[in-house]
Amino acid sequence: MTELLESVLRGLGTGSVYALLALGFVIIYKATRVISFAQPAFMLAGAVLVTYLAGPVGFWLAVPVAALLTAGLALGVERVAVRPMVGRPAFVVAIITLGVDVAVRVVVNGFIGLDVRHVGDPWGLRTVAIPGTGVDLQQRHLGALLATTVLIAALFAFFRFTRMGLAMRAAAYDQEAALAQGVSVGAVFALAWGLAGGLAAVAGTFAAAGASVDAGLWLIALTALPVIILGGLDSLPGAVVGGLAVGMIQELAATYQQHAPWLGGNVSVITPYVLMLLVLLVRPYGLFGTREVERV
Amino acid sequence: MSATGRRTRLRGRPLLHTSYASDLALFDTPAKRTSVGALLVLAVGLPFLLPDEVLQLLAVCCVAAIGAVGLGLVTGYAGQVSLGHAFFLAIGAYTAAAISGDPDGRVIGLGVTNILVWLPAAGLLAGLAGVLVAPLATRLRGLYLAIVTLGLVFIGQHVFSEWSALTGGAGVGRPAATLEFFGQPLAATGALGTRDQKLYWLMLLFLLVFALAAANLARSKVGRAFTAIRDRDIAAGVIGVNLARYKTIAFAVSSAYAGCAGALLYTVTGFFDPSSFSLLLSVQYIAMVLIGGAGTISGAIAGAFFITLLPRLTREMQAWVPFLSAQPNEVPNVFQVETILYGVLIIVFLIFEPRGLFGIWVRVRNYWKAWPFSY
Repeated sequence: MTELLESVLRGLGTGSVYALLALGFVIIYKATRVISFAQPAFMLAGAVLVTYLAGPVGFWLAVPVAALLTAGLALGVERVAVRPMVGRPAFVVAIITLGVDVAVRVVVNGFIGLDVRHVGDPWGLRTVAIPGTGVDLQQRHLGALLATTVLIAALFAFFRFTRMGLAMRAAAYDQEAALAQGVSVGAVFALAWGLAGGLAAVAGTFAAAGASVDAGLWLIALTALPVIILGGLDSLPGAVVGGLAVGMIQELAATYQQHAPWLGGNVSVITPYVLMLLVLLVRPYGLFGTREVERV
Repeated sequence: MSATGRRTRLRGRPLLHTSYASDLALFDTPAKRTSVGALLVLAVGLPFLLPDEVLQLLAVCCVAAIGAVGLGLVTGYAGQVSLGHAFFLAIGAYTAAAISGDPDGRVIGLGVTNILVWLPAAGLLAGLAGVLVAPLATRLRGLYLAIVTLGLVFIGQHVFSEWSALTGGAGVGRPAATLEFFGQPLAATGALGTRDQKLYWLMLLFLLVFALAAANLARSKVGRAFTAIRDRDIAAGVIGVNLARYKTIAFAVSSAYAGCAGALLYTVTGFFDPSSFSLLLSVQYIAMVLIGGAGTISGAIAGAFFITLLPRLTREMQAWVPFLSAQPNEVPNVFQVETILYGVLIIVFLIFEPRGLFGIWVRVRNYWKAWPFSY
């Protein structure tokens, strides 16, 4: 029982990292109808920035500053590589972001170098005991979960209560109608990329908390792809629910995989993809996604 | 003008067809026939001009081109974005290696080394894997499909690195398929030429066969159905194209091409391991198709040569750009430049020349068609 609870809580911690990443993907998709494969690079860039900033200014200031800088980087990428492609097929833009990802990651890897880099988080691998249950929870997972909750609340409030949030929802619903009503769709695109970049930086920081930042960190961001397919490409709640669910299932698979040794070690790495395939056979547009309807 | 004779062709009017046969010809203008012929003579003659080391690279180019033509069929012609090409390459490579492998070796092997057995088997098994994926492909479109096929690469990598009885395991690997034809080793120095010369000729021959087959498929009923699906699948369905059937065919043929390419790819180096079939390999194949020009056979071949020769070109670049290091542990080094170039070339081509290398060729051709007038 303790084992089960502990792995569920661990799953919520890793799942909240996925949720942040998936939110970035979904925000970009809703605004521009494109999946940005550049998210892994932004996540790595954010984490590396934190490792450089945490020393001089401390962890708590380093994270928001790194998020802002990564958002700036994402804005630049949007401006240079994505904006010229407005009106071209979504697949072509997606491949461009793949190119951006490859190029940006090489530069970022250059900054990692050969040293071991830490994000300087205050938790490390320390645990906190939940009273009365005997369940140990790592503080970093708790931190990730709390940070995600705060960010998601802020995001939903932003979309619900601000002018710009309204503009983003309008542009997501119908770009042309939004343009006709005076919404600057260009600004919406830019903001979507900026938000996604910032979220990826925070996600990268928490993915690397308690461990070191290395070139392989970006693979975590790819797990957000099955998450968004599971939740539905255009559903913000789907991204959050999908992220937490995938995190939990992954941790459960890691905990109980010794009961199925024929699956091989590290089976938890591919559980999200297997889960994605299974869900798609039943629901092609994910759990919360909008079914594509075309009138002929 | 008579409706049949080839002799009625007018000089300077290459596009004026006076018979169905000339209208349907694969190389329908005299210029095409001459240039393809000249290119073929050059390609066959290259082994007499180039050192073995370069020929080996060109042999790999030819095999990569087979894979790229296959991906071009499903992505360029049928419009089904596949990021899972590495998975199908892997199935082909492992099938061939297992069939031709040493029965008493460390890894699974059946000991049937005849290329006429393992090459079709590799194509067939990879094609079957493509058919198995097709039910998902027929239900999904665009980016959903891209992500699902990307998932295949990860699942494949896990299976291949765990199933060490077949694959030798991560970091260890296994010998690739043996190139042999009824007891005659095809890739060995002999009276006909050196090992690399023979390898190159063999791969060139395979590329020709596969490319011609693809070109003929593309202009058949099936190929027209592919392009109809790519351009507007709903409209295609309305005019009677069986979407599920043709998407399945597209995936099956493309995967079979990938399987054959995968089987041959490592016979040049002789050895491979599960880490070869990563997402990067898929991205490279997508880059080949896009940089060469989506929806053309010759474009896919040109793209494959370009991408495969790129590492070699960046190595040469080191002589001109002195601050680049050839050591992987120094910054900046040629390996970084090479990886960045993949990314940047994809971006630059898609923004500035969406039709790829083939598009550049079309522009050059059109310039000379109208020369000396610019309009």
